[in-house]
Amino acid sequence: MTPDGLPPLPARVPHRLRTTADLRALQRVMAHALYQPLTPDDDLAPRFRDGREMAEVAASFIKPNDRLSSFERLQIYARGYWYRVMDCVYEDAPGLRALLGEARFRALVRAYLAACPSLSYTLRNLCARLPWFIREQPRWTTPDTALAEAVARFEWAQTVAFDGEARPVLTVAEISRQPAARLRLGLQPYLTLLSFDWPVDDYVIAVKRRQALRAEASHVVNHGPRERSSRRVPRPRRRRVHLVVHRYKYTLYYKRVTAGAFRVLQRLEAGWTLGEAITAAGRGVRAAQVSAWFATWTELGWFCRRK
Amino acid sequence: MPANPFNAFTDYGIGIGLRVPHYAHILARKPVVDWFEIISENFMVDGGRPLHVLDQILEQYRVVQHGVSLYFGSADRLDRTHLRKLKQLVRRTRTPWLSDHLCWGSVDGSFTHDLLPMPYTSVAARRAAEKIRAVRDFLEVPICVENVSSYVEYQASEMTEWEFLSEVVERADCGILLDVNNIYVSSQNHGFDPYAYLAGLPHHRVGQMHIAGHTRFEKYLLDTHDQPVPDPVWQLYARATRLCGVTATLLEWDDRIPSFDEVHGEALKANEFLGGVRSAARAVGS
Repeated sequence: MTPDGLPPLPARVPHRLRTTADLRALQRVMAHALYQPLTPDDDLAPRFRDGREMAEVAASFIKPNDRLSSFERLQIYARGYWYRVMDCVYEDAPGLRALLGEARFRALVRAYLAACPSLSYTLRNLCARLPWFIREQPRWTTPDTALAEAVARFEWAQTVAFDGEARPVLTVAEISRQPAARLRLGLQPYLTLLSFDWPVDDYVIAVKRRQALRAEASHVVNHGPRERSSRRVPRPRRRRVHLVVHRYKYTLYYKRVTAGAFRVLQRLEAGWTLGEAITAAGRGVRAAQVSAWFATWTELGWFCRRK
Repeated sequence: MPANPFNAFTDYGIGIGLRVPHYAHILARKPVVDWFEIISENFMVDGGRPLHVLDQILEQYRVVQHGVSLYFGSADRLDRTHLRKLKQLVRRTRTPWLSDHLCWGSVDGSFTHDLLPMPYTSVAARRAAEKIRAVRDFLEVPICVENVSSYVEYQASEMTEWEFLSEVVERADCGILLDVNNIYVSSQNHGFDPYAYLAGLPHHRVGQMHIAGHTRFEKYLLDTHDQPVPDPVWQLYARATRLCGVTATLLEWDDRIPSFDEVHGEALKANEFLGGVRSAARAVGS
């Protein structure tokens, strides 16, 4: 299978590189070799994507030396690649890892990275397509696909909140100057609205606390019950939650909001006028309540001009 | 030649890499450091804490940008969006020069996030030099390219690594960030004389040096940046400073990072080698 979005492999690496196209052919073959998942023993795959022996492919463009074969030299880079990208996903998706357990998480990540190699110069964006991949290829997460996708979306929202763009904040005075019937507010680009059937925020917080406890325990010999610190965090029970993942003064926060407040924010994000969005709050919600929401959200700096 | 066109005629002394575990110490204690090297990509973000920290560092310290993703050696075209982001950061940091690696790491828009060695051929040298010139013209800042450590040699290579590096920098009219540890690691992995490598370079183009530690495995050395600089690398550094003059030097320590003081203390050992060269230069001058 060719990784997502990459052109097909060249037939071979030219013996002499006479043109930039020849250089590209070498780089394509080597990159495709690196993107192939390692074996369970963390060795380079024995066969290349096109069915040839990997040793033959490696020898076609890499010299052996007196200690290492061409295959072994290529393997150094393949291991470096997989350790690096796997480490990155492990770091960015601790909640998903805890939910699936080590074996299923590892299989998912390998399948994801094999199908979707990085398309960005920065590893920061490596997990951007993970929620999509989970939804598109449910076999890696069945029967927990919906929950796994929710956790992956929540964890990606944290990356966005950490270093996403912040635009100039609209003040209460600026908002008050325009009639609600015409005013369209923007939400900060670093902010993500999420609605889930599980309290994913509580779950991920619990996982991180458990990990912190484990890290603490690892520095102190025989301190604290090891068994307890390695116990898995219980899966969340179904309960609808509406979340805003955001940052305030450079610190990450997850704020729960009511269903009515969430609808208002969703409509603002979709480009509805302030007046139209407020009607989405629902009949049972008093004007004073809506005013209180807006006071808090403005204080948190969530509103900006629409692009 | 402490100052040359490739480091914007600066004389920056001995720096260390700015790393997350040291942020709190640096911001609270404000230790005296000649300069910090930042990894450009860590700050090519749109907002949040990384830029907030960087701005505080810039208030107190001189900063030089070092990148890991320009991939001068990739056959792919340069990415204009990437360059625009990099230029925004260059304006923010006012880096006197900017460095990245003479390597490839992306193809067809996919990224390996590694510093993969080049095949040492004329076509690869021309391609890399074209891209270096384009980046320098766009960013309007001198460029130094760094030699990478490597674990493979290509069948297609037509020259030695130092001949290739020399051809690229002469064609691009750019500087060299000479990584002494990388020369040593590659020399052990490929069986060449690291002193011949040093002797074969255009010394007047060296604008900066890197020193670091590595890990020895049974059949090869791995460039790990996770321990002090070993003696053979210090010896090579001593020769490099004699050949190139006192040059801005940076210690890389990126994994299993110890305290700030330990990293800084390791970097300052470079002074033992620079002192002799400084004295010799003064004697010649008088």
